[in-house]
Order: sequence, then C-alpha cells, then structure tokens
Amino acid sequence: MLWTEIKYLVGKEIRLELKQKYVINGILLYLVSTIYITYLAFENAITGETWNSLFWIILLFVAVNGISKSFVQESPARHLYYYTIASPGAVVLSKILYNLLLMAILSLLSFGFFLLLMGNQVVNVPLFLLTLVFGSLGLSSVLTMVAAIASRASHNFSLMAILSFPIILPLLAVLMKVSRTALSSMDWSGLSPLLVILITINVVVIALAYLLFPYLWRD
Amino acid sequence: MLKRDWWKYLSGVLLLYAIIYGFKVDIPDTMIHETMRNLFYHVGMWFGMFSMLITGFVYSLRYLRKFNEAEDLVAVEAVNVGLMFGFLGIFTGMIWANFTWGTPWVKDPKLNGAAVGLVIYLAYMVLRGSIDDVHKRAKVSAVYNIFAFFLWIVFVLILPRISGESIHPGKDSPPVLPMHLEPSMRVVFYPAMIGWILLGFWIMNLRVRIRKIKLKIEN
Repeated sequence: MLWTEIKYLVGKEIRLELKQKYVINGILLYLVSTIYITYLAFENAITGETWNSLFWIILLFVAVNGISKSFVQESPARHLYYYTIASPGAVVLSKILYNLLLMAILSLLSFGFFLLLMGNQVVNVPLFLLTLVFGSLGLSSVLTMVAAIASRASHNFSLMAILSFPIILPLLAVLMKVSRTALSSMDWSGLSPLLVILITINVVVIALAYLLFPYLWRD
Repeated sequence: MLKRDWWKYLSGVLLLYAIIYGFKVDIPDTMIHETMRNLFYHVGMWFGMFSMLITGFVYSLRYLRKFNEAEDLVAVEAVNVGLMFGFLGIFTGMIWANFTWGTPWVKDPKLNGAAVGLVIYLAYMVLRGSIDDVHKRAKVSAVYNIFAFFLWIVFVLILPRISGESIHPGKDSPPVLPMHLEPSMRVVFYPAMIGWILLGFWIMNLRVRIRKIKLKIEN
C-alpha cells in the first residue's frame, strides 16, 4: 500500500520536473557556473585537499538550492489534495526518494565537471562513488525534512540555509573524511566506523522524517 | 515552601561551596597548574547546558503527544537556558584554552561540536520568530528540535570519539565521567555539577512562569 503510493508520487515528481524543464535546467546551470567560477578562482591552487573541500561545498549549495523547492513549488491546495489521497509517510518518503535521484544525478555530473576542469585527484574511485551514494541519500533526506520545516514558515528560502547548514554539518564532516581517504590512498582499512556512522545517520534521519512529517502538514 | 523549593536552596549551597572551596581544594600538580580549577565551572556549565537541551528535547516530544501549550513553553525556555550555559561554557573554555593551549580557539572536533550546537539552537529561535501562529510555531519548532537534537548528538558525542584527533580531554571516557579525576577534585566536581544543573532548572522554571503570567495578562 505504502509502496504503491510512493511509486505513483515519485512518478508524479519526475513527470512534473520534466514538464517544467526550466527548474532542473536552472539547477544544472547553477552547478556548472559555480564549478567554473571556482575553476577560475582556484586555477593554480588545486591540490587533493582543496579539490575535496570545493567538491563538497559546491554539492552542498547545489543540494540546498535544488531541494529547497520540494514543498513550495506546488500550491498549498494541491498539497491538500495529495494528503487526501496518500498517507503523509508516503508523501515524505517519495520526496526523499525523488531528491535522492536528483542528487545522485547532480553529484555524478559535478564529479564529471570536476574531472574535466580540475583533473582527477581521486585515487580510490569505487570508494568515492560509494561516498557519493551515501552523500546523495544523506543530503536528500536531511534537506527534504528541513525544506518541509522551512516551508511552514515565512521567508522560507533564507530560513532553509539557516536551518540546514548547522544540521548538515555532522553528515558533511563524515562524508569529507571518507572522501579524503578516497583521494589519498587505495586503503579501505579503518573506514568501517565512519561508514557505520554514515549508514546510521541515514537510517535514523529517514525514520525521523517518516515519524515527524505527519505533524508538519496537519494544520 | 521548603518542601517544594528545597532543590533551589540546594543549588545555591552547592554552587557557593564549589566557588569557595573550588579555589582552596588541593589539586594535583599537572602541566596546566592552577587552571585545573576551571574544571569545576567549565565542565559543570557544559553539563548544565546538556541537561537543559535534553529537557528541551523531551518536552518537544511531549508537546507532539498532547499539544499542550505549557509543554512548548518549557521546551523553548529550556533551550534558552541551554544557550546561556552554552555561551558561558564556551567563554570559560576560551579563557582556559588561552592558558593551556596558548590560543582561545583551536580546530578541534569538540570545539566544533559546541559551536555548531549554539548555531543549531540559535536557528531554532530564528525559526520560532518567523512563524506567527502560536500552534503552528509550537508544532514546527518541536519537529525541528527533535530532528536537530539527534544530529547534534551524533556530532558532539560520537564523532569526536571515532575521529581520534581531539586535543580536548574527555574523549576516551563515557560522557558522564569526565577523565580520571583525583578524589580530592571529585568532592568539588560532583557537587558543582549538580549545582549547575539545578541552577539551570531554577532559571528555566522562573522564565516559564514569567511567560505564563505574560500570556495571562495578554488574554
């Protein structure tokens, strides 16, 4: 039951996105131009360490921009309609799933642009891709929830940044630590506690989103 | 009077004892000499902040169960007092760090955790300020508080323990038993800790009552 609802809602999100192409095009343009600006600004200063920091900072800004529209794009009346036909859990999980898809594509694209413009600094590519998967999931689940919270308040765009940056830091700190390893060596040892924390954060955030979201939409 | 308010008197007595005897008690001669006495105040305030933020978290949970407005008042005032202790803890820590590490701020997971905690809870206040409707404000901020508390706990209690880079003491022991204290210091430290926590509840209690009176006058 929940699964079918989620399936339809994710399908709806994808169709909506493809219909209003300017939104996704806007995010892509934002991504490309930000990477190009940093490429020009950091022309002679790209080391493994700066590559890593720039990559995650840019991905964070792209994620905040891309996900903040999750709950404000459609009219409140339309939301009311969704809530009459689907459970709140399905609504929030479908948003997380859809944003995961979006973030996975955006993070792969920005990885591609980084390779193109700033050269390859990644030694352990499988580990880096694994970090991207966990990073996409974490960014999408935390930011979807923050977007839901911010959408209930006025001035929600500036609020989105204020609320999400401190909250996302634990996740980002772990992600940057793991990807730093991927940039410096092929060594997989010593990573298990970090990966366990990454998985725990993701699981608990999704569980919290599922449990807390019903309180956000009911007025 | 005494029956109900004994803990307030106890808090005053314990803190007076900690402030007076804290400067007289024999401390072990370590590298940091007399600044060791700051432990009674700096760590005590940290525990005061922690107990306040846990109280805020618990009352946010309770608010979502019954939607009782009084519980929202406790949650917000607990966070307010927690913020006060947080700032005091950071200032006492900076004074201490200036003597022991030669600089008021170092790059360290524990210090980052404290700073991020303050930003998270200041953002909670901003979120509350941006919603006008009383019930909506209580509900949305309770959701944010529960969500943020979990992620902050990961950042401040779990990450410093696995990253192993901290120069701040207390990362190898469980959070309730800071370091391996000398018995002579324990006789001051534990009463001081209880005193700070009780003082926090006292201030919180007063502030909640002021808010209730204000609400009554407004209506």
